[in-house]
Amino acid sequence: MKDIKFIALFTLVLATLPFLTNSGVVLNFVVMALYASLLAQSWNILGGYSGQFSFGNAVFFGTGAYVQVIAQMHFGLNAWDALFFALSLSAIVGVFIGSVSFRYGLKGSYFALVTLAMAEIFRILSLSVGFTGGGVGLMLPLNNTFLGMQFINKSGYLWLILALVCSTLLITTYIKHSKLGAYMQAVRDNEDAAKALGINPFNVKLFSISISSVVMGAGGAIYVQLFQYIDPGIAYGPQSSVEALVAAIVGGVGTLWGPIIGATALLLMSELTRNLFGQIPGINMVIYGLVLVLIVLFAPSGLSGLGLSVRALFSRSFSSSRSKLIEDSPTHGGKG
Amino acid sequence: MKASLLTSENILSLNSVSKSFAGLKAVSEVSIDVHKYSLTALIGPNGAGKTTLFALISGFLKPDTGRIVYNSNDITGLAPFVNAKEGLTRTFQIVQPFAGQTVLENVAIGAHLHYSNRSQALEYASHVIEKMGLHTYANKLSSDLTIAFRKRLELAKALATQPKLILLDEVLAGLNPREIQEMIPIVKNLVNEGVTVLMIEHVMQAVMNLADKVFVLDHGALIAEGTPSEVTQNELVIEAYLGKGAAERLNRKHLVTSQKEGT
Amino acid sequence: MGAVYALIALGLTLVYGVLHIINFAHGACLMIALYGVYGLWAALGVDPYAALPIMIALMLMLGYILQRYVINRAGHTRDERVLLLTLGLSIIFENLALILFHSDTRTIETTYSLQTIQLGSVMLSLPKFYAFWGALGVSAVMLAIMKWTDLGRAIRAVAKERVGAKLMGIDVEQVYAMSFGIGLACLGAAACFLLPAYYVNPSVGNGFIFVSFTIVVLGGMGSFLGALLGGLLIGVIESLGGLYLGESLGQVGIFVVFVFFLIFRPQGMFGSKS
Repeated sequence: MKDIKFIALFTLVLATLPFLTNSGVVLNFVVMALYASLLAQSWNILGGYSGQFSFGNAVFFGTGAYVQVIAQMHFGLNAWDALFFALSLSAIVGVFIGSVSFRYGLKGSYFALVTLAMAEIFRILSLSVGFTGGGVGLMLPLNNTFLGMQFINKSGYLWLILALVCSTLLITTYIKHSKLGAYMQAVRDNEDAAKALGINPFNVKLFSISISSVVMGAGGAIYVQLFQYIDPGIAYGPQSSVEALVAAIVGGVGTLWGPIIGATALLLMSELTRNLFGQIPGINMVIYGLVLVLIVLFAPSGLSGLGLSVRALFSRSFSSSRSKLIEDSPTHGGKG
Repeated sequence: MKASLLTSENILSLNSVSKSFAGLKAVSEVSIDVHKYSLTALIGPNGAGKTTLFALISGFLKPDTGRIVYNSNDITGLAPFVNAKEGLTRTFQIVQPFAGQTVLENVAIGAHLHYSNRSQALEYASHVIEKMGLHTYANKLSSDLTIAFRKRLELAKALATQPKLILLDEVLAGLNPREIQEMIPIVKNLVNEGVTVLMIEHVMQAVMNLADKVFVLDHGALIAEGTPSEVTQNELVIEAYLGKGAAERLNRKHLVTSQKEGT
Repeated sequence: MGAVYALIALGLTLVYGVLHIINFAHGACLMIALYGVYGLWAALGVDPYAALPIMIALMLMLGYILQRYVINRAGHTRDERVLLLTLGLSIIFENLALILFHSDTRTIETTYSLQTIQLGSVMLSLPKFYAFWGALGVSAVMLAIMKWTDLGRAIRAVAKERVGAKLMGIDVEQVYAMSFGIGLACLGAAACFLLPAYYVNPSVGNGFIFVSFTIVVLGGMGSFLGALLGGLLIGVIESLGGLYLGESLGQVGIFVVFVFFLIFRPQGMFGSKS
């Protein structure tokens, strides 16, 4: 099918990149773009396809990161085994948050608030608890081996993250063309109608958040492998949540390639800003916030523009405001 | 054909179902029996509690008291999606399409209830779309349709789940006379295909035309039941719609008119 | 402190009750207000309490403009778009402040900053004492406005029944903008009372945002009385929590309360079904 062909092409081209160029700048950019894409993809699955907007994806990111470090440092595991645990634990956190939130029907803003609160709770907890290194954080000792998942040559990272991104692309493709994906989008677009057609929204949302949390956890683990350092602020602070969210929305919510497009676009913008204004703390986030505001106001379908399911964000608000008007009107009580 | 399918077996039974909201009794001790393969209408003035009743039957609301029996199973308080899997589905008074998705995708979601495979679901959805006369719109966005076709889409979605009992909530509301004429045979056909229909309707022409049996609700309580002609001559029903004393006044007028004509 | 929390929460409740949007930027706006008060003091030597009317006016305008020309464009329905918008705004504000003012924490010093007052056997810091009464006073004024002025009535009408209010000739857009403005004005007032007893830095908003959300949820979304009482309650909880669990863990207590109420009792103590 068309999508798989594109994914294969995409993977192939990027995989051969290290052989085509020696430029450290290019390779570094690609690595960072792929990393950011991973975060965006995670948000896209829960937010784009299932319509549950999470403002606290950091909670999965940080868990993945901390487990990755702690598994290696305190339990002596190699980085690959650690990754397995990082992903598993992120999934557990995802399922936990999901089952509690969705069981009680939290939606929209409430769900976003709760995810935000959870990220904050985890951040405060990790500040106070011992094995996370508290406020000082944890440093992953240098270990430039394959087992240590640290590569002197950037291409190692490139292939690793590419593999993860590719897997997530495949998962997303499966979602796009399966019954589960159809159910996810149904729940996103109209939960009551979905229920009337035999869909159990709880199951669907729970599945969605599990996948999203695993991908985000992978992002966290990769972060640690890339930068060898983690602390509560980076792990559970708003940066990763915002990065994931904005990139996904900019690229086009609910599309296959949107997260990658968005992540790359934002990265380009950050690089541009850095070249123009230098390394000012906070300027990155200002740009992200600004872009978010602009996109929401003027281009809600993101850069993907024409994707069919992307219109959902736009027309859903449109039709829901219209039907809301009918519902609000005094004569149409809706109780025949 | 309809007569031979008509059995006295009940597909749905309500036993003294009640529901209150903040002290106001929206549905009051309603007991209803719906025969299998019949087309039953639920009528009553606005605010009578009809849509609330639908919500109770389908599982969107839980009754305070009473039992709901579907196909000999007690489904009181079960969630809507559980009921849908057993063949009980509903449409909404205010159509609820999946905005941003095409007509085909919309119907496919219903089809997925019985077809896990995506291409099979899409195929069955196309089939349903054709039957509903929507095939020219198959790849159009649901939000691009006129109200008449959105009502058809609403019906198509529900039909794709292969229901045994379908609750139609004012499927003719908002349609002009021509559209109503087009819709009536579609609804009639449902029974021929083996689907029992319980419909809320205000368009009396459709009720008279289609219904085997009519139940009348007023202020949450059942005030009459019977064939369409029985019900429309029922005094309580007339008063519910036209106000107290209306029945008597109409009777007197009828008497005067018939006297004048020397009956 | 509880009273100040209440004031902040009151503003949030108003915005939610009328516009039905959860303003994520509320904390960031408080931060702006605090910087405003600081700026007035540092540049013009204006005493924070004296700055009260100025700040209220300024924040009112800011809120009005923001709502009318920015937030309004996204459509004021219960939508995720507005959610994202306010989130974006909060990010912009907070990080702009970071760039402009750097992450230093600043405090102001006045003649009374360090003074205390004795109430029975307890020593209270004077600024906090003033803050309590001030916040309570402003809250009372706000409640009075809501109850007895035309604007207040209009606001309540729109909150209850938007289309009906429109049919009655009420300019809904205006009401929305004013409500948002008043919501921010509450922040302006709160900032005046807060600064002498507290400090300001770009991320100061975050500390308050969750507390205020918790209060709003606790008191019942859309209920003013609830917000007021909720604020006072939270203030007490926080002090007790800080006493027993230590500063940071006490905060966790607040979050837990927040999540708990959000899940199990979204109407809070006084609110109606949201």
